[in-house]
Amino acid sequence: MNRGIVVVTLASAVFYGTPLLFAALGELLAERSGVLNLGVEGMMLVGAVCGFWTVERLSGPSPLVLLVAILVAALAGAAIALIHAFIVVTLRANQIVSGLALTIFAGATGLSTYLGDVGNLGGKPAAHAFHSIDVLGLAGAPVLGPVLFHQNVLVYISWVLVALVSFYLFRTRQGLHLRAVGESPAAADSLGINVTRQRYVHTLAGGALAGVGGAYFSLALTPSWLPGMTGGAGWIAVALVIFAFWQPALTLVGAYFFGALSSLGFNLQSRGVNLPPEVFSALPYVLTIVVLVAVTSGWTKRRVGAPAALGIPYVREDR
Amino acid sequence: MRTPFGLHLERRLTIPAWLPVAVPVGSMLAALLICGVILIITGHDPFSTYSTLFSQGFTGQGAMTSMLQTGTPLLFTGLAAAAAFRMRIFNIGGEGQLYIGAMAASGVGLALGGQPTGVIVVAMIAAAALGGLLWAAIPGVLKAVTGTSELITSLMLNYVAGLLITYLIYDSSSYWRDLSSFSAKQFPQGKTLSANAGWPSTSTLLSPATVLLILVIAAAAAWGWRAWRSRQAGRKAIAVVLVAIVASAALANATPAQSVVLPLGFGVGLIACIAVWVLYRETRFGYEARVVGDAPAAARYAGISQRRKIIAVMVISGMIAAVGGASQIGDFGHVLDPRGLQQQSLGYTGIVVAALARFHPLGVPVVALVLGGLTNAGFSLQGPNFPSGLVGILQGALVLATLAGTVLGQYSLRTGRRPVVEPEAIAEASAVDAVLGPT
Repeated sequence: MNRGIVVVTLASAVFYGTPLLFAALGELLAERSGVLNLGVEGMMLVGAVCGFWTVERLSGPSPLVLLVAILVAALAGAAIALIHAFIVVTLRANQIVSGLALTIFAGATGLSTYLGDVGNLGGKPAAHAFHSIDVLGLAGAPVLGPVLFHQNVLVYISWVLVALVSFYLFRTRQGLHLRAVGESPAAADSLGINVTRQRYVHTLAGGALAGVGGAYFSLALTPSWLPGMTGGAGWIAVALVIFAFWQPALTLVGAYFFGALSSLGFNLQSRGVNLPPEVFSALPYVLTIVVLVAVTSGWTKRRVGAPAALGIPYVREDR
Repeated sequence: MRTPFGLHLERRLTIPAWLPVAVPVGSMLAALLICGVILIITGHDPFSTYSTLFSQGFTGQGAMTSMLQTGTPLLFTGLAAAAAFRMRIFNIGGEGQLYIGAMAASGVGLALGGQPTGVIVVAMIAAAALGGLLWAAIPGVLKAVTGTSELITSLMLNYVAGLLITYLIYDSSSYWRDLSSFSAKQFPQGKTLSANAGWPSTSTLLSPATVLLILVIAAAAAWGWRAWRSRQAGRKAIAVVLVAIVASAALANATPAQSVVLPLGFGVGLIACIAVWVLYRETRFGYEARVVGDAPAAARYAGISQRRKIIAVMVISGMIAAVGGASQIGDFGHVLDPRGLQQQSLGYTGIVVAALARFHPLGVPVVALVLGGLTNAGFSLQGPNFPSGLVGILQGALVLATLAGTVLGQYSLRTGRRPVVEPEAIAEASAVDAVLGPT
């Protein structure tokens, strides 16, 4: 029963959707503060390469090495996000152009590939990797076992993170401040909330989560380093935030939906469905467009959830 | 408002005369500095790297021919991005539109194999433009009708277009694929176009310094003309132009001339740049599209159709990128090569070109050539002794530095607590600042 296509697809939806979930949660935090960061793809790749590098060079007990690797990946992602924060928050430059430049600077043709070559990391299997663990001995349970109780640690961390981000956004004073800054920075400023600090902090947090999402690729999904290995996941994460109406819980649903799509190809092919591989590979990209159109037109024409000040620099003198 | 490091912006009340020159130069130096730091950390000598980059990309034997070869597609993708971004339509689908253009052009080129060259060239350009029009119309119509972000849809279509051409050559027995021999069946490749489908080119003797001379004169003339028109520093402008001409004429004798191949595509691209410039500057369409981009509310009140403008701008941009794909087939490749096209990421580099040209159509050719040379040099550097990826680092750093530089040309970055907000208080505070320094 647990080998049936539905269960396998659900289990791989979670497995393949988790990096998208990390990156999209990060982007959600940045966008909630009013900063659109299109550099997610670049930050993910730098996280992936830095995480992999740490695992290659560090010796020690596996859990400790992996913990350090995740922290390094988060720091690397945040460091790249700092560039964006400085350019768009302090200097108030165009967020779209800066984000695109960030992806070119850090992405598949830039820093991540450079670091991968410098560290001579290409083509090796990771020395330590995240493996799926049997939680409470329930991995063999029908249907739910493979989907919920036989995943790697990062998956469980991502669930905690969704709950934390949700609680933070809607149940804490800090979260209220964050939403205020994203909706109306002038009003927030007049209440004594530091707009600049909020935007810096959440852009950096977004970068850190994108870095972790990238490290998921090189340490859990295909434990190895390949230039450009995220293959547009960063962009799908940006789209996910829109599908999810800037809500953490819906981000989880969306991430697993895209996880299912990106794994559907292998699952159908391994069952003898005979279509060109390109059709399956194109599926997530085409459906991103379809879902995005469905979400932005029709019943939700009012852009539900989009922070009102998204993408707009805050100029105190214009208040 | 306390900020990290206490940094904030203050509008410059007067713009010193040296600033418009210092900003681009400073941005370039800043980008080189950032890359230099990365090079030093990773154990490479920045000075020898940069001097190799310069000679490989611009002055070495055959460098200018390769510069034109890489610069030509970048001219098209750069112009495509500039034409869209200038109107606040963020078409990052240049990459995919170029693939579709290459696909359409090579299909037509193969079909018309026996016709005279002139007919084939025109047909290839037309086919590519049509392909680009249709492909770019998807995100354009979606943006205009449902308000879906063209950023994401155009980007997603890049991956789809890449997979489409990969399918045509690697996983099907399509019209494009060469199935004539056993080895071609084992190692998939596209059919090569017949000789008369190759686009003509001319070659001339040029020295790198002559090109520099032409560029300097053009830049100085543009600057002088602007200064003349705004009735500022008319005499100063003429003096600067003269000095620039004399200085670069002296330089012109320094480097030996080499034979340079000028591809037809580059000429087509130059004409396209001028056409876009005229369209945006001199026509009613250009004016209305600018209003839609810069002030959507004003456009609505003035009764300008936003939808039509959005679709039109997107389609123009897509057609230009696609003709770049046609030139890639006709001028250089003569065969549809999915791997080669995807490795070059010409579309994404086009965005860099457009950003560095500040989205001005006439700035695009110059920047495209410079980045073409830089890209060639970067790729020739990488190998067992040098990591790949320097090209992207340098391009990204250049755009980021230019963005920062553009802002810092109008504002100055100050530290310390900013003055109180009320206008009278600002005046007072800056008076106090002038005496006591920032508090």
